[in-house]
Amino acid sequence: MRYLPHSETDRAAMLARIGVASVDELFADIPAARRLKKPVDLPLAQSEIEVERSLAALAGRNVPAGSVPFFVGAGAYRHHVPATVDHLIQRSEFLTSYTPYQPEIAQGTLQYLFEFQTQVAALTGMDVANASMYDGSTGTGEAVLMAHRVTRRRKAVLSGGLHPHYAEVVRTLSDMAGDTVVAMPPDPEGREDLAAALDDGVSCVVVQNPDVFGNLRDLTPLAAACKARGALLIAVFTEAVSLGLVESPGAMGADIVVGEGQSIGNGLNFGGPYVGLFATRQQYVRQMPGRLCGETVDAGGNRGFVLTLSTREQHIRREKATSNICTNSGLCALAFTIHMTLLGEAGLRRLAELNHANAVDLAERLEKLPGVRLVTRAFFNEFTLRLPVKAAPVVEKLARRRILAGVPVSRLLPGAGLDDCLILASTEINTDSDRAALVAALAEVL
Amino acid sequence: MLNNQGRPTAPGPADASAHPTFTGNRALLQQEPLLFEIGRAETTGVDLPVPPKVKSRLGKLKRSGVIGLVGLSEPETMRHYVRLSQKNYGIDTGMFPLGSCTMKHNPRLNEKMARLPGFADVHPLQPQSTVQGAIALMEQLSHWLMTLTGMPAVALSPKAGAHGELAGMMAIKAAIAARGEARTRTVVLVPDSAHGTNPATAALIGFSVRAVPADADGTVRVAEVKKLLGPDVAAIMLTNPNTCGLFEPQIVEIAAAMHQAGAYFYCDGANFNAIVGKTRPGDLGIDAMHINLHKTFSTPHGGGGPGSGPVVLSDRLAAFAPVPFIRRKGDRLELVEQRKGSKAFGRMTAFHGQMGMYVRAMAYMLSHGADGMKQASEDAVLNANYIKAGLADLMSQPFGDRPCMHEALFDDVWLKDTGVTTLDVAKAMIDEGYHPMTMYFPLVVHGAMLIEPTESESKAALDLFIMAMRDLAMAAKRGDTARFTGAPYHAPARRLDETRAARSPVLKWTPPKAAAAE
Amino acid sequence: MTIRYSKDHEYIRVEGDIGTVGITDYAQGQLGDVVFVDLPAVGKQVAAGAETAVVESVKAASEIYAPVSGTVVEVNAALADNPGTVNEAPLAGGWFLKIRIADKAELDKLMSEADYNAYVASIG
Repeated sequence: MRYLPHSETDRAAMLARIGVASVDELFADIPAARRLKKPVDLPLAQSEIEVERSLAALAGRNVPAGSVPFFVGAGAYRHHVPATVDHLIQRSEFLTSYTPYQPEIAQGTLQYLFEFQTQVAALTGMDVANASMYDGSTGTGEAVLMAHRVTRRRKAVLSGGLHPHYAEVVRTLSDMAGDTVVAMPPDPEGREDLAAALDDGVSCVVVQNPDVFGNLRDLTPLAAACKARGALLIAVFTEAVSLGLVESPGAMGADIVVGEGQSIGNGLNFGGPYVGLFATRQQYVRQMPGRLCGETVDAGGNRGFVLTLSTREQHIRREKATSNICTNSGLCALAFTIHMTLLGEAGLRRLAELNHANAVDLAERLEKLPGVRLVTRAFFNEFTLRLPVKAAPVVEKLARRRILAGVPVSRLLPGAGLDDCLILASTEINTDSDRAALVAALAEVL
Repeated sequence: MLNNQGRPTAPGPADASAHPTFTGNRALLQQEPLLFEIGRAETTGVDLPVPPKVKSRLGKLKRSGVIGLVGLSEPETMRHYVRLSQKNYGIDTGMFPLGSCTMKHNPRLNEKMARLPGFADVHPLQPQSTVQGAIALMEQLSHWLMTLTGMPAVALSPKAGAHGELAGMMAIKAAIAARGEARTRTVVLVPDSAHGTNPATAALIGFSVRAVPADADGTVRVAEVKKLLGPDVAAIMLTNPNTCGLFEPQIVEIAAAMHQAGAYFYCDGANFNAIVGKTRPGDLGIDAMHINLHKTFSTPHGGGGPGSGPVVLSDRLAAFAPVPFIRRKGDRLELVEQRKGSKAFGRMTAFHGQMGMYVRAMAYMLSHGADGMKQASEDAVLNANYIKAGLADLMSQPFGDRPCMHEALFDDVWLKDTGVTTLDVAKAMIDEGYHPMTMYFPLVVHGAMLIEPTESESKAALDLFIMAMRDLAMAAKRGDTARFTGAPYHAPARRLDETRAARSPVLKWTPPKAAAAE
Repeated sequence: MTIRYSKDHEYIRVEGDIGTVGITDYAQGQLGDVVFVDLPAVGKQVAAGAETAVVESVKAASEIYAPVSGTVVEVNAALADNPGTVNEAPLAGGWFLKIRIADKAELDKLMSEADYNAYVASIG
């Protein structure tokens, strides 16, 4: 077995040294009646070639995004990741290293985390960012818990434009912890009045920008309204590239910013692994969940980095911890950092402009289709259409024509009366002919 | 004509430390500034076309002001991160004897399979008809996990071990609520030896924690559990094998006692590597157990993540499993994403979970097979006992010299009066070329040193490790404290001032004040 | 002026009806370098034995329990910038908070200096 170094001679010598006749003696504490007498009912070991064949067969039954005109977004986005990124994250010292609890032999990890934190703080317009969460949705759940701790209130107001999966994650945590959630109804046109939902029991308002339908809004008035009531504004984003062109949540007055970093450096991967970005104001740093990397010096007087403010975390506070988190999204955060380094300020802005330009082009073409109405007034690279028929069957028909035409809202919000709505994303990877193909096919099918 | 130009070929003087360099580099070990000290706002390493002019639809929300990022060209980026990588120790560098972390080899076949476009380049919200192979892989992984654990149900979606614990405890809370006992059953029993995530998870969802004392040998006795059982108890959270590396001998009785009292048994599966193919947690009576794919099933630790923590569930809890779950409709597979019509307690994460880690774990499982996985567990346990046998005469064990499972536990009694602490031993191990063992965990053992070699270490590697540890142990007892208290001497960094980092946290780069003042 | 000690290694130095509370030299040694002290709000009512503050070192966090019942009248704001004072001068500049004592009889439940020193020696 190629991954197991011992020969039978080795094993015999080791057993002799230990002083037992067989390895089964080392399992004596397992009650006899519960020891497996025969192997579990699973196939035996396979060679690399057999494993490749079997997994390639499964992979071959899926339609990769890169093989067809592709317009699916709603929380995960297809962008081009430069070849350098994937190469670097596969270096063994990054891939096979552990959490940097022994900082003397983990300065590589710690330095890139410090760079990552700096990038995320800049992107979001906030004072401080952590070393990443599992993803945007769990990060949002944690942000709500943090707001409860800071304000000592336990009611969260969720915008109707928050990604339904994110809202469900928050609701699940809230229900379990005995907290309250007030969820506004979804509105593809983004007309809700969140400030009206504020009262003195509200700890936070959670709003996504751009929202799941693509709507962009100015959060500044909402931030002021929250502040007046002693509540925190939690601004969420699912498309990190938007921050290259859209005003930052920090500049608009958010207290906590949390989002999905997948768009930068990380592929679609059918939903994971992704990387949660989390940032806040300096005054709340000790209430922030997740790992934090800080600068210091070593015994030789040289600058170095360490995980810090660990007393917030589970391994010290146990039941009084800010969260139960034990992992960040390390390698995905590294991919984000490297891609963001390659892009830089100028590159990210240009990438964002390309995304917006492609989306505007697509929107202009689609608006011309009879019966189709674009409901999103201000958007970045994603918008919602109202079709004259139900959207889900349209998407299925187009999939059979090998075009992946966005996400029908009914997939995320069944029974909300939005079955005619379709969310379309258009990033820099679409070509002119992709967009033309979508428009032509949609015209035929409608 | 011959080349008759000779030059010296014997090595020069041995002592390099008296010869500093201008750059601060030491040959392959390079100093590397922060990205923000070398990057430039106008530089980019990605060629992008000039965006066409369009009528903006951003509303009035165009970003004003500078973002504050810097960029590097591709060659500079490559050098920057390669140099950083060279300061890291990885499994591919050497042994990580980290107890409870199971730092086994990360097969590269797993990386290749995870990058197949059919897995890597599919969106979670594509029509399900276009991703049947991806759902089939999830179904296959589910089958393997359920078969290995002897459990009838599994929730794949939790994104990490602690997240899986949360899912398991949420399922328990939902089951209790379904019986109408949500207000009464509010207590969770947790041993003091438990990993911090256990009580943190319980507290997160509103349970209060009651400590279960361990026996003198670190295991939990059913008699002690029964003393704490009452109508207010929702569940017990036990790790098996436990955090001291021992199989809980009364686990079956404890499970029975919990069920008799109307409560549930959560098992922390961090140490599953010791028993795969030797016993099934389902046969021991547990109700829920999370599995760390990044421990037992070789998915890479990646410097801190991403992990993946599927949780297997018993019949008592299966109905409450969170969305999404897989349903078969003839020859089509469906991912059920909505709770309506089921008793699912909710949703743990957006989308479907850590698909990238499922592919890697599946490649590992297919490669090992039933026979290989059993052999791996046996080798893991063999290796830990071999290390213990090699060190038992020099290093003290808190519960006496008895067989351990996949990890060997020592305390710091043997260091008494040497002036050397567990921390010092760990740092000296770094100089010897090893990542330190788990230290100061479990909390119930003073100065704990928990050593888990995994099955990936060869006998030669173990022999060298044992000899190095013996040398360190003898040096400590001899009073050779300088070797320890100043360690590590040879790592890319010396010991770091963690007090300073916590007292005056600097959590991002900011421009130097002198530059800002100009 | 009297000084009393709790089994959790807190001291309370009483002058009139105000008690100054902090942790002992033994406690600060056990904790390691103190990096942060989470102090209560002035005006907070505390019961004897209730968690009133948290002291954090790099690797550990320790709850501080009110030795007696009363009202917090002052907290040591200087610790925010210099938490290390707790290590350097735990009984002097490293004090945490001052309580207006509700019931002086509660002091009798605490240890005298002699008893506390004996207690520390026994757990040594």
